[in-house]
Amino acid sequence: MFGAGGGTSSYEEIETTSVIFLWGSNARAAHPIFFHHLLRGLHNGARLYVVDPRRSESARWADMWMGIDVGSDIALANAMANVIIERGLANHDFVNNATTGFEAYAKTVAGYPLERAAEITGIPGDAIEQAAIAYATAATAQIVWTLGITEHHNATDNVLALTNLALLTGHVGRYGSGLVPLRGQNNVQGGGDMGAIPNKLPGFQDVEDPVLRGRVEEIWGRPIPPEKGWHLTQMFEACHAKMLRGLYVIGENPADSEADSTHAREGLASLDFMVVEDIFMTSTAEMADVVLPAAADWAESEGTVTSSERRVQRVRKALDPPGEAKTDLEIISRLAEAMGAGWGLPTAEEVWDELRRVSPLHTGMSYRRLDELGGIQWPCYDENHPGEKFIHHRLWKVPVEGPPAPFFPVEWVAPVDRLTDKFPLRMTTGRHLDGFNTGVQSGGFDSPIRVGGTIDLSPEDAERLAIAPGEMVQVISRRGQVEVPARIDSSLREGLVFMAVHYSETADVNRLTIEAWDPKSGTAEFKATAVRVEKAGV
Amino acid sequence: MTEVALVIDGVDVVVNEGVTLLDACRSIAKQQPTLCYLETLAPVNVCRVCVVEVEGSRTLVPSCSRKVEGGMVVQTDSERVRHSRRVVFEMLASSVNLALVDHPTREWMESYNVDPARFGPPAAPTSDRDQRHAGHHGEVVGGAAETVHQPIKVDNSLYVRDYSRCILCYKCVEACGDDAQNTFAIAVAGRGFDARISTEFDVTLPEGACVFCGNCIGVCPTGALMFRSEHELRQADLWEEDRQSVTRTVCSFCGVGCNLELHVQDNRIVKVTSPQDHSVTEGHLCIKGRFGYEYVQELGDLASTPVDVVLRRARSDS
Amino acid sequence: MDLRFMADEPSAVERAVIARLIDPVESRNGQVVRGGHAARGHRHLLLPALAAVQSELGWVSRGALNEICRRLLVPPAEAYGVASFYALISTDPRPAEVTHVCDDIACRQVGGLDLLSQPSGGEVVTTPCLGQCDRRPAMFVQRAGGQDEVLVSGPPATVHAGPLLRRVGKVDPSSLADFRKQGGFEGLRRAQDIGAEAVVAEVKKAALKGRGGAAFPTGVKWEAVANEPAPRYLVCNADESEPGTFKDRVVMEGDPFAVIEAITIAAFATGCEKAYIYVRGEYPLATSRITAAMAASREAGLLGELEIEVFRGQGAYICGEETALFNSIEGFRGEPRQKPPFPAQAGLFGRPTVINNVETLINIPEIVLGGGDAYASVGTPDSTGTRLFCLSGDLARPGTYEIEMGRTLGDLVELAGGFAGEPKAILLGGAAGFFVSSDYLSMPLTFEDARARGVTLGSGVVMAFNHDRDMHDIVRRVARFFRDESCGQCVPCRVGTVRIEEAVARARSAPIDRPLIADLDRAMKDASICGLGHTAASVVQSAMAMGLI
Ligand SMILES: Cc1cc2nc3c(=O)[nH]c(=O)nc-3n(C[C@H](O)[C@H](O)[C@H](O)COP(=O)(O)O)c2cc1C
Ligand code: SF4
Ligand code: SF4
Ligand code: SF4
Ligand code: FES
Repeated sequence: MFGAGGGTSSYEEIETTSVIFLWGSNARAAHPIFFHHLLRGLHNGARLYVVDPRRSESARWADMWMGIDVGSDIALANAMANVIIERGLANHDFVNNATTGFEAYAKTVAGYPLERAAEITGIPGDAIEQAAIAYATAATAQIVWTLGITEHHNATDNVLALTNLALLTGHVGRYGSGLVPLRGQNNVQGGGDMGAIPNKLPGFQDVEDPVLRGRVEEIWGRPIPPEKGWHLTQMFEACHAKMLRGLYVIGENPADSEADSTHAREGLASLDFMVVEDIFMTSTAEMADVVLPAAADWAESEGTVTSSERRVQRVRKALDPPGEAKTDLEIISRLAEAMGAGWGLPTAEEVWDELRRVSPLHTGMSYRRLDELGGIQWPCYDENHPGEKFIHHRLWKVPVEGPPAPFFPVEWVAPVDRLTDKFPLRMTTGRHLDGFNTGVQSGGFDSPIRVGGTIDLSPEDAERLAIAPGEMVQVISRRGQVEVPARIDSSLREGLVFMAVHYSETADVNRLTIEAWDPKSGTAEFKATAVRVEKAGV
Repeated sequence: MTEVALVIDGVDVVVNEGVTLLDACRSIAKQQPTLCYLETLAPVNVCRVCVVEVEGSRTLVPSCSRKVEGGMVVQTDSERVRHSRRVVFEMLASSVNLALVDHPTREWMESYNVDPARFGPPAAPTSDRDQRHAGHHGEVVGGAAETVHQPIKVDNSLYVRDYSRCILCYKCVEACGDDAQNTFAIAVAGRGFDARISTEFDVTLPEGACVFCGNCIGVCPTGALMFRSEHELRQADLWEEDRQSVTRTVCSFCGVGCNLELHVQDNRIVKVTSPQDHSVTEGHLCIKGRFGYEYVQELGDLASTPVDVVLRRARSDS
Repeated sequence: MDLRFMADEPSAVERAVIARLIDPVESRNGQVVRGGHAARGHRHLLLPALAAVQSELGWVSRGALNEICRRLLVPPAEAYGVASFYALISTDPRPAEVTHVCDDIACRQVGGLDLLSQPSGGEVVTTPCLGQCDRRPAMFVQRAGGQDEVLVSGPPATVHAGPLLRRVGKVDPSSLADFRKQGGFEGLRRAQDIGAEAVVAEVKKAALKGRGGAAFPTGVKWEAVANEPAPRYLVCNADESEPGTFKDRVVMEGDPFAVIEAITIAAFATGCEKAYIYVRGEYPLATSRITAAMAASREAGLLGELEIEVFRGQGAYICGEETALFNSIEGFRGEPRQKPPFPAQAGLFGRPTVINNVETLINIPEIVLGGGDAYASVGTPDSTGTRLFCLSGDLARPGTYEIEMGRTLGDLVELAGGFAGEPKAILLGGAAGFFVSSDYLSMPLTFEDARARGVTLGSGVVMAFNHDRDMHDIVRRVARFFRDESCGQCVPCRVGTVRIEEAVARARSAPIDRPLIADLDRAMKDASICGLGHTAASVVQSAMAMGLI
């Protein structure tokens, strides 16, 4: 977002903000402790708008739930922007001072009058209007999103549509106003921070920027390839194109977790050589030539992770890893030794101190300070800097400090997997409170509230299809089919079905989903699959 | 911020307006006993062990909730204060099993010479507390001191509820409700001495609204609410707190970044808590952070130390 | 809210009863649902909904509780916590007819206990004082789908009238016209003429003190509320559950319009836009008369903009305590709140609230019409006006006696025809009061004299006991009362009342443990949250002091 890739705000800010948009996020189930902060906000009077095809647990708290049709978020955001501009509610001082490209943006959103937006999104115009006015006139407002926004073929555009709204109203760069992407895993943010993105060096420094790259090359004493790398989906394309021949997979399970898993497995199988380093013997590990057993990073080794509020925190070793398992750091160091790199066996802190030299955002974060302060929110430029609760305050400086933030006008495009008579139901995916990703971690404990892998149907669809709760059904998409029990869920409406992602063994949702992916971010379309549901054995 | 001057036990104290007498006492390092008070919860002022004497007030006042006022003259250790605190502790100790109550409370009880036996021997255990109707109770003979005893509730794989240890401090209700989790799976039911923590119609936790975040357990001061793992180890006489290490780390699941405290005994996680003074969690977690650690234990082919055996049995029993 | 409900469904009747009371709180328009804060703001309907189901079906089933919770967005555990707080609500199946036989201190002396074993259609249970001590013994019948009813066995009681009771027995309680013919609503007209501030000024001049037990100056309370920002509320406390007390019932049954007029003046004077009358659940007749009087007055345009709601209690003495009463109306358990803040600052729904007893309020028209000075000329400077006393027990003519404050206890007993039998003790003030001996007959009945002698006038109870009475049994019943009626929130009262009851029980066969009682009483007085705990051991202490136990 306008430079560094991280949420703009702190959790505490949502406790006192006036308007909250939870957009494509069921934080109540997927980010429960963040939701505690949000609930405190509600108790303090904040109004909550939830944009989600399902009337999820989170949506049940909303002052207004907007049951948007899957994949129409851009149309909704643009229509809201149009209302805001037409009613003169845009924050023109902010727009003039801190942004560029307003004219083009205004022109784009003018193409989304309420009637059209209502038709695309399924949400009545008066509701869109009300939401737009509430957002624009709020003293402070936050937009919070998760995978409902980013697991689409046009994920990046979805995010841009939301950031545009914040720029239009000035709801960014101030305490209480901001844009908050909630990260799905404990260190997605940290991975980004550390440069585990194809086009970035640690600290979100662009690898293709010769000045920044040069600085890091100097510290590392090695040249760095000057072009950006492939993202995950491109890697699979490359597998299939026989351009990628060897793969070193650390702590990922693409054989299960990729949308269209059949396609993914074919890609992995075509490799000449694969190394998997993991704490589990995953499906991917089973396909590997070499498996390196790893220690669990959060309980069996030392290091740091970064949370969704940019807070870098220490993880510590509490247990000895089992058997021959070693920490990721030790495995990589030994591998480097074997390859003759001469790194020795550095401690986690030594590696961290090097990172602090490479990434200006992390320079002030010594282990000692991280311990003392209970983590630090980047940027933290030196050892006297407390870190920042929110970022982008520079946009409020007059004149703006640094480059202005550009509007990126985006157009709505329908989901790739079209609904037809043969595949009339829109299937979306999500998370259960007690589940996590593909379920290898969360499956280990005996949860009294585990629902298990089901296909969830609206009461209307269940009645139409004469399907009883618990009955086994076939879910069929253009790519595959699975047999699972049905569950009736009144938070769904007619035409919308839902599967949780945690049960790859019994209800492998990724056999159904489509591999269409966002060319900008590489995220696949998990959220919008066309399916039909049939009674099993028919 | 306006400041307020008051006198506590003869010492002049200046504090910010809006703070409580308890805060003011703590600012001069005068600790007070508390049971129902917790920094992260709204004060309910029900246990009354924190009462202090404020000049001009007809009754004693709860220091945990009473706001400071300019010119207040406060006694925290007068004979009157000590009397009430002692009797209140005696009432609790005579009606509730306090064997696992926190350490400071035990010290306070000793310092006040608490003697619960003066009310007579404890009455025979009862099992009908969940059925009692408001305003009605059985014949009282008076030979023995009635207690809040009721059978221990083991109705799920993760928690155990032993309300014979419950002092009705409302903390679990607050943590499950408004002050944190907002799930409202438990509330106070019944009235008077028969008031108890209950689900709707006393249904089991899995039948009720519980989402198994464990936040009620995290705040319970008496051991009435306990993780199944701890309960089983205690039953087997294997719970050895002095052999446990507590390591702070970060939850391995979603991206919120909750801090965890892993309590480890014999290289096994036996309990997970969260630091109360951390801004992200304030001590609260979700089911994944609280209980989702099993997978790392399972990877280390559960050995045959006694701890492992008990933990494994607990899991397979449920 | 993301609530979870039990699997049980309501019956068609339950559904209908609940639907009649609660409109949908969320609104749906296609793919949009509007809910949130506005939808969650209906919790005040919880107790009325539970009561409606109880009254129609005789108990609150899981299905019914579920349905109420679904409609109001109240968590089932919380609703169960509320339902199980009240004696008149059952969460277990019960026969359609349940008879609550009073076994409290007045009724148990005259065959109340025998009623327990009489055959009846349904279930028979005991109840604390029903506020019918002047016509004892009494019982209260709850009829599912029918009318609740009070049955009394004693002869009609005396009403000794002064200015406050002058219409009782003379006016048709169902006729607004009759009420107006006898001077009704003239106080309101006068109040409107002189204006709100002047009314408050007159009430202050009158030095009227609250009759609900705490004797707080009414004018001071009113002025405080009038100076707070709107919205403000007014509550008429008609919960009257103090054992031995029945005066408010006599007023509400005999002259209900007087209460409505008084409330209207009070709300006008203090700028309250809504008033509640919280009537105890065991007063069905008073409830229906007050409700009818309110409706007739509204229809006649006498209430102006003022909204008055009659709220029926469900069997909990503690809900007479003002802040417990607020919680009860708000749909929470009737647990008192720690003060400060006081109701005048943060009362009902957290707003500035005037709360007054029924008797306190019916003084208002007199004060407005006659002026505060004239009112204050009656009684003593610190105890102005007349006062209603509830005389019962071993007296020749039990009933409600209105006398000028300052006359002696002996005068009062004499008015009631003197003792029946040889006097042993008088319970003064109520169960939260004290036993006194004949030495007190010379005591003037004023707040100041009571205070000087270490007793209280409480809610005006004067209950006499003669030498034939088993005083240990009586004291034990009082101890049981407090144990049963403690809300259970704070430790000193929740456990203390049990320990007191046990100690009294032991004293049947052994000398009572005086130091133990004294220790308990002291801690309960000092450390309890509310008046119930503060006073729960007073009767026992005074009985001990008099050697009654
Ligand atoms: C346990 C308890 C029960 C009470 N019950 C009543 C009651 O039934 N009626 C009443 O008017 N006041 C009752 N009160 C007193 C009220 O709290 C409050 O003081 C009173 O309603 C104020 O009105 P007043 O100023 O007109 O007396 C009770 C107090 C306590 C502590
Ligand atoms: S269970 Fe524990 S936390 Fe809950 S009220 Fe009882 S003692 Fe307090
Ligand atoms: S405890 Fe729950 S909310 Fe917190 S980080 Fe772990 S999974 Fe996320
Ligand atoms: S004193 Fe008794 S009735 Fe009053 S709050 Fe405490 S427990 Fe409840
Ligand atoms: S700690 Fe103050 S009343 Fe419990």
